[in-house]
Amino acid sequence: MKKTIIAVNQLKKDFYVGEITVHALRGVDLEIKEGEFVAIMGTSGSGKSTMLNILGCLDKPTSGTYFLDGISMGELSKNELAGLRNSKLGFVFQSYNLLSRTSALENVELPLFYNPKIKSKERRERAEAALEAVGLSDRMHHMPNQLSGGQQQRVAIARSLVNDPVVILADEATGNLDTRTSYEIMALLQDLNQKGKTIVFVTHEPDIAKFMTRQVMFRDGHIIREEMVTNRNNAVELLKSLPLEELV
Amino acid sequence: MNYINSVKIALNALKRNKFRAFLTMLGIIIGVGSVIVMLAIGQGSKKSIQDQMSGMGTNLIFAMPGAVQKGGVRMGNSDAKSMKLADVEAIEKNCPAISDVSPEVRSSGQAVLGNQNWPTSIYGVNNKYFNIKKYTIGKGRTFTETEIQTYAKVCLVGQTVVENLFGKTDPIGQSIRFKNIPLLIIGILGEKGENGMGQDQDDLVMAPYTTVQKRILAITHIQSIAASAASESQNEAAIEQITESLRHSHKLKTGDEDDFQVRSQSEMVQMFSSISDIMTLLLGAISGISLLVGGIGIMNIMYVSVTERTREIGLRLSVGGRGSDILLQFLIESILLSVFGGVIGITLGIVATQVMASIMSWPVVITTISVIMSFLVCSAIGIFFGWYPARKAASLNPIDALRYE
Repeated sequence: MKKTIIAVNQLKKDFYVGEITVHALRGVDLEIKEGEFVAIMGTSGSGKSTMLNILGCLDKPTSGTYFLDGISMGELSKNELAGLRNSKLGFVFQSYNLLSRTSALENVELPLFYNPKIKSKERRERAEAALEAVGLSDRMHHMPNQLSGGQQQRVAIARSLVNDPVVILADEATGNLDTRTSYEIMALLQDLNQKGKTIVFVTHEPDIAKFMTRQVMFRDGHIIREEMVTNRNNAVELLKSLPLEELV
Repeated sequence: MNYINSVKIALNALKRNKFRAFLTMLGIIIGVGSVIVMLAIGQGSKKSIQDQMSGMGTNLIFAMPGAVQKGGVRMGNSDAKSMKLADVEAIEKNCPAISDVSPEVRSSGQAVLGNQNWPTSIYGVNNKYFNIKKYTIGKGRTFTETEIQTYAKVCLVGQTVVENLFGKTDPIGQSIRFKNIPLLIIGILGEKGENGMGQDQDDLVMAPYTTVQKRILAITHIQSIAASAASESQNEAAIEQITESLRHSHKLKTGDEDDFQVRSQSEMVQMFSSISDIMTLLLGAISGISLLVGGIGIMNIMYVSVTERTREIGLRLSVGGRGSDILLQFLIESILLSVFGGVIGITLGIVATQVMASIMSWPVVITTISVIMSFLVCSAIGIFFGWYPARKAASLNPIDALRYE
């Protein structure tokens, strides 16, 4: 029996825009176990971004419960939520969100700066290890503008790994990349997942979702479909099969 | 909260924008630098005035006839003939706080030597006058008691008179004529230079007061009394005693107005010091304004920087930075800017002050207090002007900040 990382029960989220109430989530139940690679899918306005914000402890639900690694986030203060993000979560964004004019290594170190228990030596070592894990050990001192989009996203993944989170939340992480680079990133994520990392990946592209183990489809604030991926794609093999022209 | 980490984060953020950080600091640098320079000039001029004044003798006390009322008509004090030699003698006898006292009679006119002449003043004094006014005898001697009693036609001359009438020849033993009275030069006064008000203190001739009274001015009264207090601390007592003695010898009843004025040099020193204090304050205030403008510059840049770095703030919040961490980061950034700027400004200010002192030979004094003060003001500016932008940064919502374009 695998450990439950995320347990969401009857989650609701309302937004108040003027006098209109927008029901972004209308009662969502979701459970994600350790080692899963879950795709959260849906069109814009389906509630998947709101879901991700709540899963990422960036936003609080209107009602319902959310347990992250056994901790109920509904009772936590703003600062405790920040602590939770710092120790249990890793974020990967569509637009990388790296600090400009800051080396890859320093970018990866960033989350550890907000953990007072970690001394500068350990911080450096863990950042180096994370960059090695994403295959960028030779690019540690490069600035973001000296890196390609795929490499920048790898730095961002290293940053999400550096605090050893229980789950990595990726928001359209391949949205800004071409097919080949997307596959490379997916290969990296599949590899991390293989090694035991739990990953939640928000996407609207069905072919990207095929790399994952489970798909969760959102529409109008509900989960309309939830299914295991049967013929799962292997990114490494797909990369080999890509026609050479794509390299140009 | 980990302050060391916060300082590191802030330092890294500043390093990413070195040139902008420098430009932001420039306002503070110039502000602090000018405060230091202006205060140094102000303090310097105050000190030089004080030095010159005390060169004239801080124990110096003057008594001169004051404005008097005669049958309802207020008379000017220049024609007053109320001071007599007896007043001086009375002061000598009755005032223990006075060490030396001398009558003073003055006249101005041409000093003539052969075909040369020079406009100057003649002072009729006694032997104690040199001590009172801190004159030294450069060469020769002062008057003898006999010379004073016999209205002897002798005099001492100041350096300016010597230069203008005699050039390089030795004046001692020669005679100059003053208002057609030939006066034998028996001594030369040591050089004294200008006083605090720019008067040449060497442009004078000194003769026994009897000589000036009887032979030159043909008067029996004296124009003023110069005295020196036994010590600086006895100034107040000396003024009181002189006032008392003069009231007594002028037969003034209780309730009568004084027909004389008593002034001390230390009062003058205080007056001039307070004038230069006001000047220092004014200069400081003007440069303080530029410091303020520098502070507003920091606030402006920090404010722009918060907007520009919205996504960075969102990222920091999402990886576990708390609002207070963000607040601290931006606050430390602005404090670092102002404190670095302050240190550079203080250094530049001191250098500029020294350069000015050596090139233009201005009197300057850098006081520790002005350095410490400007440093504290800088830090305060950093906190004060950094607070608002930092608050703005800390209050950002991470979701909105991450999506900010």
